[in-house]
Amino acid sequence: MKLKPQTKQKIAFALLGLAAVVVIIPVAVILIILIKRGLPAISWQFLTEMPRMGMRAGGIFPAIMGTLCLVAGAIGVALPLGVLTAIYLVEYAKKNWWTRMIEIAVVNLAGVPSVVYGLFGLGLFVIFFHFGSSIVAGALTLAIMELPVIITSSKEALMSVPRSFREASLALGVSKWETIRCVVLPNALPGILTGSILGVSRTAGETAPILFTVAAFYLPRLPQSIFDQCMALPYHLYVLSTQVPNVKPALQYGTALVLVGMVFSLNLVAIIVRAHIRSKKQW
Amino acid sequence: MVDPKIVVKDLNIDYGGAPALKDMNFSVMDKEILGVIGPANSGKTSFLRALNRLNDLDLGCRMKGSILLNGKDINREMDAEEVRKKVTMVFALPIPLPMSIFDNIAYGPRRHGIKDKKKLEEIVEKSLRAGYLWDEVKDRLTSSAMKLSGGQQQRLCIARTLAVEPEVILYDEPCSGLDPISTAKVEDAIRELKSRYTQILVTNNVKQAARVGDKVAFFLMGELVEIGEANQLFTAPKDKRTNDYLTGRFG
Ligand SMILES: Nc1ncnc2c1ncn2[C@@H]1O[C@H](COP(=O)(O)OP(=O)(O)O)[C@@H](O)[C@H]1O
Ligand SMILES: [Mg+2]
Repeated sequence: MKLKPQTKQKIAFALLGLAAVVVIIPVAVILIILIKRGLPAISWQFLTEMPRMGMRAGGIFPAIMGTLCLVAGAIGVALPLGVLTAIYLVEYAKKNWWTRMIEIAVVNLAGVPSVVYGLFGLGLFVIFFHFGSSIVAGALTLAIMELPVIITSSKEALMSVPRSFREASLALGVSKWETIRCVVLPNALPGILTGSILGVSRTAGETAPILFTVAAFYLPRLPQSIFDQCMALPYHLYVLSTQVPNVKPALQYGTALVLVGMVFSLNLVAIIVRAHIRSKKQW
Repeated sequence: MVDPKIVVKDLNIDYGGAPALKDMNFSVMDKEILGVIGPANSGKTSFLRALNRLNDLDLGCRMKGSILLNGKDINREMDAEEVRKKVTMVFALPIPLPMSIFDNIAYGPRRHGIKDKKKLEEIVEKSLRAGYLWDEVKDRLTSSAMKLSGGQQQRLCIARTLAVEPEVILYDEPCSGLDPISTAKVEDAIRELKSRYTQILVTNNVKQAARVGDKVAFFLMGELVEIGEANQLFTAPKDKRTNDYLTGRFG
């Protein structure tokens, strides 16, 4: 049997459309369930109070603050390190086996399972460097996990700056570093920021890397220094869901909703930055 | 006898394959305009990029021979930044940097350490005037250079090179993307600059070389076929190949 081209086209469209819908369904269902069950739990008190009665009541304030600290600390370390690495790889490194090694290492770093990062952080930061289970150790572990994403997106952003801009600057006798600082970086910055924020938002919700390095089971106060343990949303959610009997489901869903909300807002920031820059992009 | 500004000695360039320039030998005098003509792929761009060491960026590019600027070997006795500051280049397509008109012109001087706002303003005005652009942009110095027309952008690029106070200006087919009126303005600017700078103008437009060049060199497949006074080369070329090219028999 031979089908008419129009029929074939219709079938193809239908299949493609179906694939797209299948992708959307899980996201939509997750969000609907989270909002329906979690929203009633969310209140000002829930967001700003300490947990009480073995986490069965009260709020999740320390977990929110803990996650914010970890995210900020991780990006503070990973962003400069990742961007500098990307600059080295794109602008300075010769194409030799050493560069190949670094590039392969970065790719492999992206493929390492998160629990392995957790164990690595435990071995290196918690035990070897004697940081103990602490915000520094957790943030550094997350930072290492973010590095491949930041390096890769920064590399792409740097490479997308037209070569002609570099040559125009170099042709005026401006040094290579000044050219990078004044022409290449400003034009690559939006791409670097978007990529990095997306990388960070991915790690913000990770449990395994913070499990052994920073997360406190139940700590109803704010950390006093970066060498303290702290609570964190992903781990708190895990604890509420599996380790504490008789927790109201609303608390679990409320916590999940806050976590998802934080990750989404990070992504939203990235999207806004990108849209803003696109509209201003001048070449 | 005055010493030449630029001396090219046994210059050979290749990119791993066939040579792009073969045994070039000639010199350019101070404040002279040298027009360089020749068909595509005859090595004109490679030659210009050798003069301000932009070829250094191309890892596959190999060079033999030497180029002297004021008697100094630019590859062995000067560093690349020093060379490029003295020998600046205007590219085929105008490349304004994505910043304001003012910042584009002030870019070079700023990078070379001039911070004083008054001084920068002076340089910007002087350079834009010399680049024949001042009257057209003086009221919108803070607007983006990307919004200028193609011809204005190219004159902006010329003004930008002037701002670093070079001694030699190289142009690589600077009018290839421009309409006749913009082209005429760029040519005016080049002629106007003759009193202060040595200029080398690569062009795919033989008439343009005749209009602005004091001397003209004809490149063919990496070889310098002929170099001479513009009048002489265009009216009585010595080499048959030059004649063939000028009469449009190839290229
Ligand atoms: N970056 C490069 N890499 C490899 N080959 C090149 C490169 N630039 C130029 N060439 C080669 O060198 C020769 C001369 O090119 P070019 O100097 O651009 O000539 P023109 O400017 O006269 O067109 C050409 O055969 C070209 O293919
Ligand atoms: Mg060329």
